[in-house]
Amino acid sequence: MIQAIAFYFFATIVVASAVMVIMARNPVHSVLWLIMTFFNAAGLMVLVGAEFIAMLLVIVYVGAVAVLFLFVVMMLDIDFAAMRAGFSRNAPLGLVIAGILLAELLLAVGAYNAGGITLGSPDGSAMQTAETSNIEALGALLYGKYILLFEIAGIILLVAMIGAIVLTFQPPKPGARARQDVGKQIRRRPEDATVMKNPEIGQGIDL
Amino acid sequence: MIGIEHYLTVGAILFVLGVLGIFLNRKNVIVILMAVELILLAVNINLVAFSAFMQDLVGQVFAMLVLTVAAAEAAIGLAILVIYFRTHGSIAVDDINRMKG
Repeated sequence: MIQAIAFYFFATIVVASAVMVIMARNPVHSVLWLIMTFFNAAGLMVLVGAEFIAMLLVIVYVGAVAVLFLFVVMMLDIDFAAMRAGFSRNAPLGLVIAGILLAELLLAVGAYNAGGITLGSPDGSAMQTAETSNIEALGALLYGKYILLFEIAGIILLVAMIGAIVLTFQPPKPGARARQDVGKQIRRRPEDATVMKNPEIGQGIDL
Repeated sequence: MIGIEHYLTVGAILFVLGVLGIFLNRKNVIVILMAVELILLAVNINLVAFSAFMQDLVGQVFAMLVLTVAAAEAAIGLAILVIYFRTHGSIAVDDINRMKG
């Protein structure tokens, strides 16, 4: 009973905030609703016992991706009202396509429930046993059989990071503020930079 | 009792909302990127639901890969957005026709 209540609670909020993501007038509100969606989707995943993915959703999406979106939305100076000009013009086509898509997907779900096509049954090699936690079992799988997939994920992130840096890097303009020269800083020695003086009283120093 | 079909239905609704978001906000790339994130979240919900109800953790491993790709896609997409805004002063997608594709 409590599972059903929790499921419907999370599912309702997920769907409602997803609607708000695409309908909100202000993109900042869209990002905040997106955070709400991800939080509640994480709740749904906790309900089926996938704690690690749920935590990953909160950390990666809410902690990194959503903040990235917020930064970009606030950094760009755009007239967002003009952006919505085609909103009602595109709505009928979008609604028709979305309706067809939803009907098809729900038909597929119904067919799956009615027996449907026999799916391949899991071979039991990746089963979560009662005595190991979700994270433990997932870690054993990820660092064992699926190590290649894990490394590919790392390479994807590396390529994305380098790509984002290369895309947004601006070479310094001539005449701009002086930049840090690490080699010059390291080459600098105390003997060249400081000098000892012993001035007479009332004489002062010539620098 | 809550079965897999409930999760699949939530995933389907979320997927459709993502597609609808792309249609409704044709001009605003930022919201389009957010709609793509919604679609990928729907995929993740389906993967995790099947993984949990079929007692096979591989689905969660793949959900992690989808998450990685989604994060990388958001980073690259926003980087492209920032440089486009820097050169053109706007992010209206329907003006982007330089390649005449």
